[in-house]
Amino acid sequence: MTKEQWPLYEVFIRAKGGLDHKHVGSVHATDAAMAVEHARDVYTRRMEGVSIWVVRSSEIVASDPRESGSLFDPARDKVYRHPTFYEIPDEVKNL
Amino acid sequence: MNAAPRSGAAVHDAVRFEYVLRLADTSLILGQRLGEWVGHAPALEEDLGFGNLALDFIGQARLLLSYAGEIEGRGRTEDDLAFLRDGADFRNLTLVEQPNGDFGHTIVRQYFVDLYQTLLFDALSLCSDARLAAIAAKALKESQYHLRFSSNWLVRLGDGTAESHRRVQDAADRLMRFTPEIFDGDALEQSARTAGFAPDGAALQSGWESGVAATFREATLEVPKAQRGAPAGKRGDHSEHLGYILAEMQFMQRAYPGAAW
Repeated sequence: MTKEQWPLYEVFIRAKGGLDHKHVGSVHATDAAMAVEHARDVYTRRMEGVSIWVVRSSEIVASDPRESGSLFDPARDKVYRHPTFYEIPDEVKNL
Repeated sequence: MNAAPRSGAAVHDAVRFEYVLRLADTSLILGQRLGEWVGHAPALEEDLGFGNLALDFIGQARLLLSYAGEIEGRGRTEDDLAFLRDGADFRNLTLVEQPNGDFGHTIVRQYFVDLYQTLLFDALSLCSDARLAAIAAKALKESQYHLRFSSNWLVRLGDGTAESHRRVQDAADRLMRFTPEIFDGDALEQSARTAGFAPDGAALQSGWESGVAATFREATLEVPKAQRGAPAGKRGDHSEHLGYILAEMQFMQRAYPGAAW
């Protein structure tokens, strides 16, 4: 048996109508159709979902961890961007 | 059994019991066979795939065996029927007790069964026996997924490499002789059909054959000729493999009667 691995696919599951697809993990498969079936068999055994997306892991463009300083640190001292300066009336629940 | 002639209703129940047992045992033994793959499949994803299939079949067997026990009316439960019957009392198709072989061999066996069960459960979901129709309607959704799984793999392997093609063609050649049993429409199935709860075997057969022809064409495989002469497990005449399956499946209940968790 060849030890070459099947390509990797990232799996996104929609838990129920109205919710977003969430990343749940990955599967190996030879193509996208097989990846959907594998995702069904691996990630929806306990009624976790009503819809599946898969995408080749190699197609995902990620930010560079070495650049995380310049990308994300500048937001750190700009707390005024958070909507935390409002007085929340007692009558408002579940905010 | 006493000498008094059995009433029409009793004969009717005997036919129904036997017919439901055939369906139940076919699912049970196939589920047990597929369970052997767990931990051994070529990839984690297929390992879970076979495990899911096995659990679907065992779930079908549980519903059907429970129903068979109720029809029989002697107080036997699904567990009694699964774990305390001897080989000659099992009524599964000989096809499903055949060894797994390699991955391709299992896929061919699975494809033959899945196509049959998809047609069967579709017909049974409309039958006059409400309980059987409900079980079939539930099982049909499972079978449709099984068929998608096995037919996709059959095409991938048949139309894959020279080696994968050779292996699945070889498996088809060896397993084809177990398929005439599925559709032979014996006396029991005739009675069941007359009673209104079994579909027409000939109609299932033509649907099955055209399905096989189409998928094999797509998989670049040749449909082997089906020779007769295999034992008919559905009448209790099994191949040598069933005994080994039961030895493993029933060991715990035989060694420790009534053991539960």
